[in-house]
Amino acid sequence: MKRIAAVVPAYNEEKAIAAVVADINSAPLPAGYSITAVVVNDCSKDSTSEVISKLNCIALNLPINLGIGGAVQTGFKYAFENGFDYAIQIDGDGQHPASEIHKLVNHAIEHNYDVVIGSRFISKEGFQSSALRRFGINYFKWLNRLLVGVTINDSTSGFRLINRKVLEVVNEYYPDEYPEPEAIILYSLNHFKTGEVQVQMKERQGGVSSIGAFSSIYYMFKVSLAIFYTFIRIKFKK
Amino acid sequence: MAKIQIIAIATSLLFLLYIVRLIIKGKLREEYSIVWIVCTVVLILFSFWRDGLEIMANLLGVYEAPNLIFTGAIFAIFIYLLHLSVVVSKLQSQNKQLAQDIAMLKEKMENK
Repeated sequence: MKRIAAVVPAYNEEKAIAAVVADINSAPLPAGYSITAVVVNDCSKDSTSEVISKLNCIALNLPINLGIGGAVQTGFKYAFENGFDYAIQIDGDGQHPASEIHKLVNHAIEHNYDVVIGSRFISKEGFQSSALRRFGINYFKWLNRLLVGVTINDSTSGFRLINRKVLEVVNEYYPDEYPEPEAIILYSLNHFKTGEVQVQMKERQGGVSSIGAFSSIYYMFKVSLAIFYTFIRIKFKK
Repeated sequence: MAKIQIIAIATSLLFLLYIVRLIIKGKLREEYSIVWIVCTVVLILFSFWRDGLEIMANLLGVYEAPNLIFTGAIFAIFIYLLHLSVVVSKLQSQNKQLAQDIAMLKEKMENK
């Protein structure tokens, strides 16, 4: 039996989180796979911690707010220390439908991928997000191709499956703020095979995006810088 | 001895005393106090040795002696600020590690 940890970072998600966990627990999976929801409450100000303590999931309550990257890493660390074979990140706001998890798992098995990213943009289906976000995504696509030579269509997607080899790496280091594009570089430089599969995403069911329109410029700048540093750090270590 | 010298020496000594007091009370760690003690000693040195500044400026080829103070002081401040940024970054990463461990330990305790 292969065990998958569904890591759900949650910040002020009291309304959406119960449905997300229920979705995960009833998600269809390939034969021989089981899934456990690991909800990481990033020191929410609302009643998220009470809500998740009553749900059928592992509840990790952070004593201070770490931001999305730190919260997701907490889930990865839990998965690594407790011997899970895979971890899949699923946002707490209901954007990532659990019914699509099997697509990622199947894709990883078929092509022997270490990382599989659930992407909105291979073909145009479902919720597509805003023009500004799409511009950012295209920019990161270009940057990824330039630095590590892999083409990822949706590098800001948090909906991704990683196997135990990758868990071992992210247990040690995972980016803090806006981790998704930087993590792709991290994976490629560690020679993990990264694949992408088309999934349908929904519009968020509740909560607010970790990226406001106002901070978009900061986001682009900070992530570019982080990607660049990660690139240099790993390139020169070897 | 000029009036300004006495004021400068007194102020520097008071400052030094305050730093020592902070260390004794445990509010300032020794490693961060070194830079402050060195600064105070330099201040006291130049308070006694009035021609020192001119001599140092001539030695380094600085035409206006006060400019040497500004250059030196601003450089020292930048270096110290950078050092503090490094300290804060280290604290932040240790803080994150602690928070993550606490979250996992809490979970372990509640399930026993």
